Amino acid sequence: MSGTLCIDGIAVPFSDGQTIIEAARTAGVYIPYLCHRPGYAPYGSCKLCTVKVNGRTNTACTLPAADGQTVISNSPDLQHDRQRITQMLFVEGNHFCPSCEKSGNCQLQAVAYHQNMLDNHYPHFYAQREMDASHPDILIDHDRCIFCNLCVRASKEKDGKDVFGIAGRGIHKRLVINSPSGKLKDSEISVDDEAAHVCPTGAILVKRSAYLAPIGERIYDGHPISEVACEKAVIKAGEASGYPSCDPTKLAESAQQNGGPDSHYAATMPPAPDIKHGR
Amino acid sequence: MAAKIKIATTSLAGCFGCHMSFLDIDERLLKLADSVEFDRSPLTDIEHCGPCDIGLIEGGVCNSENVHVLREFRANCKILIAVGACAINGGLPALRNFFKLEDCLLEAYQDGIGVDNPQIPSDPELPLLLDKVRPVHEIVKIDYFMPGCPPSADVFWHYLSALIEGRDPTLPYELVHYD
Repeated sequence: MSGTLCIDGIAVPFSDGQTIIEAARTAGVYIPYLCHRPGYAPYGSCKLCTVKVNGRTNTACTLPAADGQTVISNSPDLQHDRQRITQMLFVEGNHFCPSCEKSGNCQLQAVAYHQNMLDNHYPHFYAQREMDASHPDILIDHDRCIFCNLCVRASKEKDGKDVFGIAGRGIHKRLVINSPSGKLKDSEISVDDEAAHVCPTGAILVKRSAYLAPIGERIYDGHPISEVACEKAVIKAGEASGYPSCDPTKLAESAQQNGGPDSHYAATMPPAPDIKHGR
Repeated sequence: MAAKIKIATTSLAGCFGCHMSFLDIDERLLKLADSVEFDRSPLTDIEHCGPCDIGLIEGGVCNSENVHVLREFRANCKILIAVGACAINGGLPALRNFFKLEDCLLEAYQDGIGVDNPQIPSDPELPLLLDKVRPVHEIVKIDYFMPGCPPSADVFWHYLSALIEGRDPTLPYELVHYD
């Protein structure tokens, strides 16, 4: 089945088997995500790609595209929720960007930039997590794992090895290695495996590859993730896109049914302090 | 002539790199001097912060004096800004959070290589260390955050010029960096 759906006022065509996020990405409309990856089975864990589809909340990476869907993605309330989700990811791990060799190439960091995340908002967990540097070619810094499951899926679905797994729940959740010792050196992973390269943060790193690209010349230093993630140039609503606009009245009605896109945002953001008259 | 806007700055558990970056606004300092004057800051050597319009806090909170200074700034500054990675998430000083405080002290003052006359410092003049380094927003309310290690001079300029003109500061996308 193929057809057209409407994302933030832009008519986006889709082809057979595409999810909303893939239809959007192919058309150049960026919906933030971390646990999704083109070519991988949908997983739906990070919730960053949450959108409103015909007024109902869904993850864009798991919901199949369907003809006539009205999708709201770039509304203030959804962007606000995405910022809060990203902040939670930062405080639950130990993400010190200045001391991370993935800085500038990190999807988590780039998504946070996209969300205009200037602070971490929540109290920090400073979780105690050990590093596994036992493998000669690959390093795991558990401090930076966001449990996106991409390495688990890559190892199982792409490499045919089943090296990784997620164990435990809640605060006790952790990435575990399928080896007799639990160490990476005793597992079947190889530096050529897709699982060694799929991590969206600096949790899984290939040794001796740091700083090959100097800071300032890394992926997201020159290009925002909204450009990098999309197949075509990024399209902003209202700009000439090559795709026709959808009916904005229908979009506005759909947004209104959900309390209006600004309602939550306006309720949670405090007014700016008044420098002239005190607070 | 309108009264000048008062700014106070301080470094808690930080390296003063953010202050260095602030000075990197270069000749714009002269323009800034037309409309602001400094209260407590490394430039003035004033010991306590008085009533101010803007307070810039660099560094995280690692000891009892940091808590005291931070609360003094909050009580005196209409607008308080967390400046840089250490103030926002603890930064590099927070890397000690993964070790016991006792182990840190023993390594630094007693068991470390090259330590002469080993002893844990103990003097009423010395502020007590907290068990963990904390970001400033966990101690007091913060109004604005300047990310970066350090934030670039342009970030300082964007924030200060906006606040001086009575605008809500916003950061252009290309200036948002955490490293």
